Amino acid sequence: MIRVEGLQKSFGAQRVLRGVDLEVPAGEIMVIIGRSGGGKSVLLKHLIGLLRPDAGRVIVDGTDIVGLSGAALDAIRARYGVVFQGGALFDSMSVFDNVAFPLREKTRLPRDEIRARVEERLAQVGLSGVGGKNPAEISGGMRKRVAIARALVTEPGVVFLDEPTTGLDPILVNTIHQLIRELHRKSRFTAVMVSHEIPEIFAIADRVAMLHEGVIVAAGTPESIQASDRAVVQRFIRGEAETEASA
Amino acid sequence: MNADAPTPLVLRPVEGLGRIVLEVIESLGRFGRFLAHAAPLMVLPPVKVGRVVERIHFIGFRSMTIVVLTGAFTGMVLALQIFLVLSRFGSEAFLGPAVALALIRELGPVLCSLIVAGRAGSALTAEIGIMRISEQIDALTVMALSPMRYLTAPALAAGLITFPLMTAIFDVVGIGGGYLVGVKLLGLSAGTYFGELQSFVDMADIMTGFWKSLSFGLIVTWVCTYKGFHCGHGAEGVARATTEAVVLSSVLTLVWDYFLGTVLP
Repeated sequence: MIRVEGLQKSFGAQRVLRGVDLEVPAGEIMVIIGRSGGGKSVLLKHLIGLLRPDAGRVIVDGTDIVGLSGAALDAIRARYGVVFQGGALFDSMSVFDNVAFPLREKTRLPRDEIRARVEERLAQVGLSGVGGKNPAEISGGMRKRVAIARALVTEPGVVFLDEPTTGLDPILVNTIHQLIRELHRKSRFTAVMVSHEIPEIFAIADRVAMLHEGVIVAAGTPESIQASDRAVVQRFIRGEAETEASA
Repeated sequence: MNADAPTPLVLRPVEGLGRIVLEVIESLGRFGRFLAHAAPLMVLPPVKVGRVVERIHFIGFRSMTIVVLTGAFTGMVLALQIFLVLSRFGSEAFLGPAVALALIRELGPVLCSLIVAGRAGSALTAEIGIMRISEQIDALTVMALSPMRYLTAPALAAGLITFPLMTAIFDVVGIGGGYLVGVKLLGLSAGTYFGELQSFVDMADIMTGFWKSLSFGLIVTWVCTYKGFHCGHGAEGVARATTEAVVLSSVLTLVWDYFLGTVLP
């Protein structure tokens, strides 16, 4: 389980997180929604340990990771799989080598076993036969799927996905959502996903939290979020522009 | 005195100077910490031997053409100019040692360093900078793998290995270039050129060149990887970091060369 308590972060004079409280139950998919530039990716980077907060705690399975560094933080991260917004594939390696990289570096598995696992993951994301290609030679949607395969190849307990479908066409958005749901059904990992895809995310999320102006303004099941009586939530779900009167 | 009160006009230049000094000290500290973090990873297991070999190819092997070309023409120009000076004193016989000493002690290490900083150092900064802005370095971090071990330590090791070797090649090719001009073009005998060279160049000269090239290898890879890791946002950030890396490593090469010139025999 992941619990965030009173998380605050500023960059210079800009206060991005103003006291975020959030709980992600083990084995569930939590989707964080909110406007662009609202701090969702910043929040995710705190959960991964890439940023240190000005105040607050991030507790992963009972351990506060905020004060951790070095081997202690690496031990927590070893259970993580992360899908970055742009994929963050290593462009000097082939697709196969990208997916195999965490296994080669973090395990002592024999070469045949690594090959089998990588091919299995690539098949799961519908990319059998593209292992020899360079990331630059495949489409944006394929790169996202390779990133998902790489994040899941070590069978992590916690998966973070930073806008895994941004910039993709609606069919690919649904394909990737179904893929995440299917992989989650098989592996039961805990997932935290940042997304703008309304209403598609309601079909895959176990819980949804909305981040607005640096705080979580609503959190709950997809149904409860859709039924929320908070104007800011309803406006976001309906995609309505903020007017001065409503703001 | 209230700390938030505006600084009196007369003191503002002092305040500005103080801010600059603090920024310089702070960035020197970051620079030093970066090297202190990365240098031990060159030898502490698990050493990424494959990455070191790949960096040797990237920094050394791929710079060979430009190093050989520059070395040859530097030796040729040196021979031409030095011959003109020596002929005025009737001392043409010393062309060989003059060219060799200038190359081995000074021009070989310095020019080689400047050339490799421009070719491989800039590419190193750009590569790491692009990895930074495309979150590839973050990806390594969250895999619990040290980016310093994967990116910086192999580049530092490759710099320490390749710079002395490239400098040696530069020196040999330069002496060959001097031979072509001095012997084949200006009519000096080959025996005089090489005979006097052997008499005047000793091990201390070669070691001076070696220590210089070794330290330049560290300076160039240190500055270029540091700038890549700390580049700004977007293409502009990478471009600025690349320019700064080449300029700073070139300036440091020249300053450090002067310092070593004063302390080495």
